[in-house]
Amino acid sequence: PAFCLAPQMAGEKKAGDKKAAEAKPAEKKGSQKKLREKARKPKKHHASRNPVLARGIGRYSRSAMYARKAMYKRKYTAPETKIEKKKKEKPPATITKPVGGDKNGGSRVVKVRKMPRYYPTEDVPRKLLSHGKKPFSQHKRKLRASITPGTVLILLTGRHRGKRVVFLKQLATGLLLVTGPLAINRVPLRRAHQKFVIATSTKVDINGVRIPKHLTDAYFKKKRLRKPKHQEGEIFDTEKEKYEITEQRKSDQKAVDTQILARIKKVPQLRGYLRSTFSLSNGVYPHKLVF
Amino acid sequence: VFKRFVEIGRVAFVSFGPHAGKLVAIVDVIDQNRALVDGPCSGVRRQAMPFKCMQLTDFVLKFPHSARQKHVRVAWEKENINEKWAATRWAKKIEAREKKAKMTDFDRYKVMKAKKMRNRIIKHEMKKLLKEASKKGKKSQKAKK
Repeated sequence: PAFCLAPQMAGEKKAGDKKAAEAKPAEKKGSQKKLREKARKPKKHHASRNPVLARGIGRYSRSAMYARKAMYKRKYTAPETKIEKKKKEKPPATITKPVGGDKNGGSRVVKVRKMPRYYPTEDVPRKLLSHGKKPFSQHKRKLRASITPGTVLILLTGRHRGKRVVFLKQLATGLLLVTGPLAINRVPLRRAHQKFVIATSTKVDINGVRIPKHLTDAYFKKKRLRKPKHQEGEIFDTEKEKYEITEQRKSDQKAVDTQILARIKKVPQLRGYLRSTFSLSNGVYPHKLVF
Repeated sequence: VFKRFVEIGRVAFVSFGPHAGKLVAIVDVIDQNRALVDGPCSGVRRQAMPFKCMQLTDFVLKFPHSARQKHVRVAWEKENINEKWAATRWAKKIEAREKKAKMTDFDRYKVMKAKKMRNRIIKHEMKKLLKEASKKGKKSQKAKK
């Protein structure tokens, strides 16, 4: 009984001890875990295990380094992403299509991707690599420092040449969105090219003016009809000869102009200035003028 | 024939060179072509300057030849040369020329409008006077007859 009790007691003790022991090692483990975690986080990277003999030449070969760095232990695969899973789902290679006519069997099995029907006699040579050749849509757009929203510009080309006009913003293709305003000099909301414009130092305060967001290059692009079915007599008639001002353009013009006209009226003589046109006369040299 | 002479104390206007546009006083003559020159109140250090780049003004200061810069400055400030210079027509013309060169496009428009209005007013008055003169002439002719 003593030794029976002893194991019981021992058991109890052990249990107790175990609990205590569990508690202790648990604590220890916990604290060790914490220490380990703390130790894991700022894990210092080992210096290069490949001493340098001369510049560019190491002591050990690739295979020796593989062993020294224990890469055999460090084989990782990235987890398979959803995209890869979707890629594995291959589209079907063949499709069955119904076929008309009796005695034909009703359907055929057709390849989805067929072999090419023509091979050129000479192979096209491989093109050399080029870099930095971007399509127009990705080009960098620059804007002269003298052109800021509200600047008065002088148009130099186009049907509105010589007219003074208010700059609103630069569009995505780099062209400048510009307006007369229409009531002042009959220049509507229009695009102008930066290179064919003189920027004056006169600015209109366009601080709170809201320009509608749908005024983009696509809005202003010229529309060409492409439907004539090659009938010689009619090709020249159907293409839009007369440009018609749509109601949307009128409403957009009004929305922008009312805001700008209010600001123009505040500056004395600015309205008359915008109505006038720019011209050169005798003794006036553009390189000597201060705009 | 000549009214302005190169003498000690003559204030000159520098027309070209690194100190173009500034006033200096002639302190001493070095040789036929150069003078010792000083402009304490106009930012010109005491130095030799050829006569060719100087244009004489009407102002003369009183100090002995080769006087120290301090004395030149005292004389300059006593005569108030800077203010007197700004009041001359010469200086005003220079200023007007500078302003004209700095005119922006908008300024040119405003000047054009102002000139136009001024000329209109003048013409209007002129025509009034001419009309009166012609009326008087007609009256006297009628009276003579």
